[in-house]
Amino acid sequence: MSDRYSRQTLFAPIGEKGQELISQKHVLLIGAGALGTGNAEALVRAGIGKLTIVDRDYVEWSNLQRQQLYHEADATNRMPKAIAAEKRLKEINSEVDVVAHVMDVTTEEIELLVEGVDLILDATDNFDTRLLVNDISQKHQIPWIYGACVGSYGLSYTIFPGKTPCLNCLLETVPLGGATCDTVGIISPAVQMVVAYQVTEALKILVEDDEALRNKLVSFDLWKNQHTAINVSKAKKESCKSCGSEPTYPYLSAGSHTKTAVLCGRDTVQIRPPEPKEINLEQLAETLQNQGGKVDQNPFLVNFSINDEHRMVIFQDGRVLVHGTKDIAEAKSLYHRYLG
Amino acid sequence: MKLHINGESVEVPNSVDSVTELLTHFQLQDKVVIVELNKHILEKENHALTTVTDGDRIEIVHFVGGG
Repeated sequence: MSDRYSRQTLFAPIGEKGQELISQKHVLLIGAGALGTGNAEALVRAGIGKLTIVDRDYVEWSNLQRQQLYHEADATNRMPKAIAAEKRLKEINSEVDVVAHVMDVTTEEIELLVEGVDLILDATDNFDTRLLVNDISQKHQIPWIYGACVGSYGLSYTIFPGKTPCLNCLLETVPLGGATCDTVGIISPAVQMVVAYQVTEALKILVEDDEALRNKLVSFDLWKNQHTAINVSKAKKESCKSCGSEPTYPYLSAGSHTKTAVLCGRDTVQIRPPEPKEINLEQLAETLQNQGGKVDQNPFLVNFSINDEHRMVIFQDGRVLVHGTKDIAEAKSLYHRYLG
Repeated sequence: MKLHINGESVEVPNSVDSVTELLTHFQLQDKVVIVELNKHILEKENHALTTVTDGDRIEIVHFVGGG
């Protein structure tokens, strides 16, 4: 018998019974950045049955300071985060069924992704995706755990359909812009603190110990030595379009037509083709090479430096990240100039 | 006036009268926030009308997007 999980099963609230439950559960993790890699590593080490990890981005040097599953070669080779994370996670625990998708999550994708999922973990960096997750969670009665951080600040909340208010109840309006990791920075302990809150609540849900759930919106600032927990149960709104008595799940329909997105604070615009398609990357690299500019590639994407200012990364599913601009029109014009 | 904000004693100018002004004082006016005043959660539309007084216990959580 392997004693791989012995210290976890010795912990009375989990025990052998809890471990058995953990090993049967499927968690969907959206985002493989700082929070995503922290959550993923903890759950895979804890012996989760299946982990589906989804991310639309690739590893850059500025990620290595806090995104714990990645190493220098991933940044050098511009590995898609989902692929790099999957590889490392399988080295950590080969017993876990780890499934990776290099994918931008909108309505169409999320409906497929949640099938058979017991819990959704939020590790995204934007509210558009979080509100999408919030709606799908209510529609299919799957709990999800919000987590976010910037600077030395972070917060987390566990949303349990039918029991707690949902994110839409708490926000009322979608927060715009504001501070992001790219504009005011972030220190890794702020990430780890949010990860600790998320993983602990996740374990409680996975071992079905609902009594132990925190039921509070928790926030902290590690640099300012502040810590707060608010009971927000009264914030649940009967009229909420996501979790109220007559839900319409507004974010499941709103997001589906968005084909371009400005990546917050990244000076990058993402463009999705109208229909997903499989790109022949070899052929594309050759075509782009003939148009001038510097081209390099890996099995998952082609990196095309147009000039000193602009660079495009083309993924196998036809998605393109145009770096060096926040202007959707400019990004689209570059996209069409080089990719038709 | 002295307020207890997020577990810490904080001195705030007496000119700060309402919860809205308090949020502005902390430069949180553009953020989406949840405010708890003496253990009661405030509705967002009541922030402007709710006064803060010496000794109040206030918890403020603001939402951020990073991750």
